[in-house]
Amino acid sequence: MERDLIVAGFGGQGVMMLGTLLAQATCDSTDKNVTYFPSYGAEMRGGTANCYVAISDEEIGAPVMETVSDLIVFNQPSLDRFLEKLAPGGALFVNTSIADPKIDRDDVNVVEVPVTEMAIEMGNPKVLNIIMLGAFIGYTEVVSKDVVLQEIKNKIGAKKPELLPLNEEAFEKGFAIGSAAKN
Amino acid sequence: MARIFMKGCEAIAEAAVRAGCRFFAGYPITPQNEIPEYMARRLPEVGGVFVQGESEIASVNMLYGASSTGTRSMSSSSSTGISLYSEGIAACASARLPAVYVNVMRGGPALGAIQPAQQDYLQATKASGNGGFRMIVQAPSTVQECVDMVYEAFDLAERDDNPVLILADGVLGTMMEPVELPEMKSDEEVKALKQARRHKSVCGHPAEERVLAEPGSVGTGQEARNIAAAEMYKTWDKDVKVEEFMTDDAELILAAYGISARIAKTAVKALREQGIKAGLIRPVRVSPFPYDAFGSLDFGRVKGILDIEMSIPAQMVWDVEYAVRGRCPIRECLRSGGQLMTKEKVMEEALKLAEEVL
Repeated sequence: MERDLIVAGFGGQGVMMLGTLLAQATCDSTDKNVTYFPSYGAEMRGGTANCYVAISDEEIGAPVMETVSDLIVFNQPSLDRFLEKLAPGGALFVNTSIADPKIDRDDVNVVEVPVTEMAIEMGNPKVLNIIMLGAFIGYTEVVSKDVVLQEIKNKIGAKKPELLPLNEEAFEKGFAIGSAAKN
Repeated sequence: MARIFMKGCEAIAEAAVRAGCRFFAGYPITPQNEIPEYMARRLPEVGGVFVQGESEIASVNMLYGASSTGTRSMSSSSSTGISLYSEGIAACASARLPAVYVNVMRGGPALGAIQPAQQDYLQATKASGNGGFRMIVQAPSTVQECVDMVYEAFDLAERDDNPVLILADGVLGTMMEPVELPEMKSDEEVKALKQARRHKSVCGHPAEERVLAEPGSVGTGQEARNIAAAEMYKTWDKDVKVEEFMTDDAELILAAYGISARIAKTAVKALREQGIKAGLIRPVRVSPFPYDAFGSLDFGRVKGILDIEMSIPAQMVWDVEYAVRGRCPIRECLRSGGQLMTKEKVMEEALKLAEEVL
């Protein structure tokens, strides 16, 4: 089965990093097919950014899709823009710190994660994307938790080892919310 | 072999280096900038030379010069930039130089849009410059194929003494996918490849061994060159490459290349689930074109063809029509100007065609 994800938010919220972490982890630690496609405007921080990730046991066709099974939004404009692309029965992950999870659709599952506030509470607003990635994995288990944690070690551990414990904690916090929402 | 997660453009560049490419010249344009960016870092590591030309014209002429020394050389650009390559590539073809270049297509005509498109098909396959020369044109549809086709391109170019074009698009250039990289040619192998071309090289070898790789000549000499080139093109029947997917019992044929083909393939599966016998014919190389794959279809069974391209108006459809010669209806499923092909769009048009002809 193919699982398609759109991640969308402001530039600087770690949208692309979430997508590449997930896709890279899938490539490195599983036999699954995976594609990643980034899309961003000319702006960097403050602009809008989104990316597409597809994970499948079979050949993947379009790396950019009109409808997806999962949607992660970090802000209100992204929710407004991409909600229509979420397939019925799909999962919506909302950063409820700055986006309103009340939507006029009742055919999708909403997972509320106040990642901006959680990250600030943890003392580093930058880890909001890692919290969200944890929530996504906790809810979907599209790849195993260990696969993603290993990639976080590879990527963040290599560059800034002092930030590794914080990121692991962030992932676990999100994971707990995702797992709880599933049940 | 371990798979690596790579962006299309970077995979193209690494594959070239592994094939022995030791010279690259190019000028920036989206969406292929990661090719020169990667080469700028990578080529000096392996004793190669990277030059950011002051323009596309300078870059393609450097490609001409470097190719004529026997060094495996490459350049890349995108659509409107590739237009500026016309004269230089025609010169490479006339001088019979093994230049390899990449077009990561974006919207057009002219500057068009920076988003992906497939709007350079006719330019790529029929007239990449003046004078009626031809080239083998590789049309990858995955990042892995970008790697394999670039790696192979240098061998093809040297085999024929002729330029080879890789016709990719902005989706392939920008997306990331797992790839297995081919073996890195050793310094000795790279040196031997250059040595093997010493009898054809303008410079870089002893004077008595040089020949003149002139891009044109006066009088009857030019016709003799054209005849020789035409004879070489005739040997390309063996180089036709086509992927036929579920065509054995197909009543509807989807025709697509490159990025559109992988999307069409998922549509074929979805149509089959709905009980429609669909199949896909995908030119893996768009030149030489697989005319036989279309021409030899059983038109008692095949009721319609859907030509799928990210180009408006359609371009590959000319080749499909040439092969089919009116024996079944051909309809079009098109996007362009930076709007991407989607499975939904292909399904919609395929179902319309099914309703019309089945």
